[in-house]
Amino acid sequence: MTAPITLSHLLALSGLLFSIGLVGVMTRRNILLILLSLEILLSSANLAFVAFSRSLGDLSGQIMVFFVMVVAAAEVTVGLAIALLISRKAGNLNADELRNLKW
Amino acid sequence: MVAAPWIILFAPALACAAIVLFARNSKPLSATLAIGGLAVSFSFAVYALLQSLHPLAETIESSVSWVNLPGLALEFGLLLDHPSILMSLVVTGVGLMIFIYSVGYMGEERGLPRYFAFLSLFAFSMLGIVLANNFVTLFIFWELVGASSYLLIGFWYERPKAADAGKKAFLVNRIADFGFLIGILMLWNLSGLEGQSRTLNFAELAERLQALVAHGTLSPQLLTAVGLLVFCGVLGKSAQFPLHVWLPDAMEGPTPVSALIHAATMVAAGVYLIARTFFLFWQTPEAMAWVAAIGGFTALFAASLALVEDDIKRVLAYSTLSQLGYMVMALGLGGYVAGIYHLTTHAFFKALLFLGAGSVIHALHTNNIWEMGGLLKKMPVTSITFLIATLALCGIFPLSGFWSKDEILAVAFFRNPLLWVVGTATAGLTAFYMGRVFCVAFLGSARAHSAGHAHESPPVMSVPLMLLTVPTMVAGFIGIPHYLHHGQEAGVHVPFNAIVAGISTLVAMAGLSLAYAVYGRGYQPGIQVQRVLALAAVPLSRKFWVDEVYGWINRNIQQRFADLLSLFERYIIIGLYVNGVAKITGFTGSVLRLAQTGKVQGYAATLLAGLSLLLYLSLR
Repeated sequence: MTAPITLSHLLALSGLLFSIGLVGVMTRRNILLILLSLEILLSSANLAFVAFSRSLGDLSGQIMVFFVMVVAAAEVTVGLAIALLISRKAGNLNADELRNLKW
Repeated sequence: MVAAPWIILFAPALACAAIVLFARNSKPLSATLAIGGLAVSFSFAVYALLQSLHPLAETIESSVSWVNLPGLALEFGLLLDHPSILMSLVVTGVGLMIFIYSVGYMGEERGLPRYFAFLSLFAFSMLGIVLANNFVTLFIFWELVGASSYLLIGFWYERPKAADAGKKAFLVNRIADFGFLIGILMLWNLSGLEGQSRTLNFAELAERLQALVAHGTLSPQLLTAVGLLVFCGVLGKSAQFPLHVWLPDAMEGPTPVSALIHAATMVAAGVYLIARTFFLFWQTPEAMAWVAAIGGFTALFAASLALVEDDIKRVLAYSTLSQLGYMVMALGLGGYVAGIYHLTTHAFFKALLFLGAGSVIHALHTNNIWEMGGLLKKMPVTSITFLIATLALCGIFPLSGFWSKDEILAVAFFRNPLLWVVGTATAGLTAFYMGRVFCVAFLGSARAHSAGHAHESPPVMSVPLMLLTVPTMVAGFIGIPHYLHHGQEAGVHVPFNAIVAGISTLVAMAGLSLAYAVYGRGYQPGIQVQRVLALAAVPLSRKFWVDEVYGWINRNIQQRFADLLSLFERYIIIGLYVNGVAKITGFTGSVLRLAQTGKVQGYAATLLAGLSLLLYLSLR
């Protein structure tokens, strides 16, 4: 008999996903991969929402997830459009070389 | 009728607004509006006079609440009692003559609508002073009079001298008004000493001051200080020594303006203010003594300056100063009725003198009496009216000046013999310089080409002259002192005194005869006497160096002080505060901008660090 999946398991998974996403955002040089890592961050947050929702028996957490997904979809659209334009203009997608917006 | 004072006050204001809005390009329309506005005021003033003659008549006081805050209640109110009715009659009556005269005198001017708009504004402000029932309303109009006289003196602003004279008049008056304002604020404070709500209403202040003095709550020194501060305002408006310097220069304005502002109305405002606040001065003998002394000194001082002046308008200006000194002296000696009486008669004959002088200037295009001469035959109406006014000013029986001057001298005779001597001597000097002007300008033969071809002025100018002659002659007989005496307990009243009147008449006759002998008959005193006179003429022709002294003070004290302040402004305020703040901001910015690297992941790391810090602090 397998042990039941408790809130703690779900939160641990969510934390793990968050850490993976965070490291990706901080260390990756490619803008596409940074965006991808951002999506993992959002998913980890979504997972935490759903886990709490189930454990507390309250649907509002799940509603929140829908909102996050919608916003994430929009954000990805804009982010990918920007990434496309950057790659056309600069010829690559290296975040370290995009340093025009500074003092 | 409660509306009467409001109509009297606002008719000229409406005329001014109408000229500015609708008649800026029309000379006849602007003149009609201005004269019409003042005529409405005049007729309501006459109506108020007739009402007040009724034995059961009550004074009309009407006010609207202007500011109403806890601890600060101000009203805008008008008071129509005997002195203010008399003054509004003088202002509107003499003003009406001057307005009509202006149509002839200023008819050629391009800026005539502007001129009439200013005149109406001035009449409005002056009536405001006359009718105000509290210090705040009075002060508002007091400043408006200053502003509109600035506009009128500088009417010919393209002439540098006229523009400078306007500025001088305004600045000198500002200095005086500063003291006046402090005096008003002190009175405001004093009025609440016994716990009542504060007030600046004349009638209420009078009661409160009396109570304060009776209860001993108020120190006499403080009251004297307040009196002298209020008197400060008088010094400026009535051009008393040492603030007399603006009046002679103000003669740069058009002559009807000189007649209106510098003879009949504005300069009389100071004297009227003493009369209005007589309840204050009456309580403080020290302040009264100062008022009397300054008045007496100004009377003699200005009369002596008139002796050597060659500009006909400037002679009249010094004469005005001297007569204002008389009035101030009378009020300072407690002669409330005498002072206002002389103010009234003086307004008539001095306006007549100025308008006569204007008529001559209009015909000859010169102000210098030595370029006139022989005008008696060429300009009979002007000459004869001028002669009548001259005799009235000298105090010759039975003209109006005789009666009012005698009242003042009689008060002085009983209250302060020294000032009586000063007043009588001034009467002699007055007779001499007026005799000199008349002999040189009107008698003998023409002294310059233009004087030989002079013609009488048109009726629009000569008729006002003739009309003004009427009150000049009869104002001594119509019971003005009796009218003023009604309802006025404070003050000294002295009956007609034959000795005083006789002496002053003799002195005046002597002055006139001497002037006729010297300037009419060509009598030459001995060489010794001439040498002494030449020595005496030097300080007189330099006006006792008062302007030079003020100039020196301006250059060496005020300017140095201003330089010092300018250093403070440049280095402390601008250098330290304004630029200092800018430099600190700039430096901080130049350090902080180093954090802006342009690396997206750098910003993300900062965000993470900040978030971690917040989490750490909140979960600790």
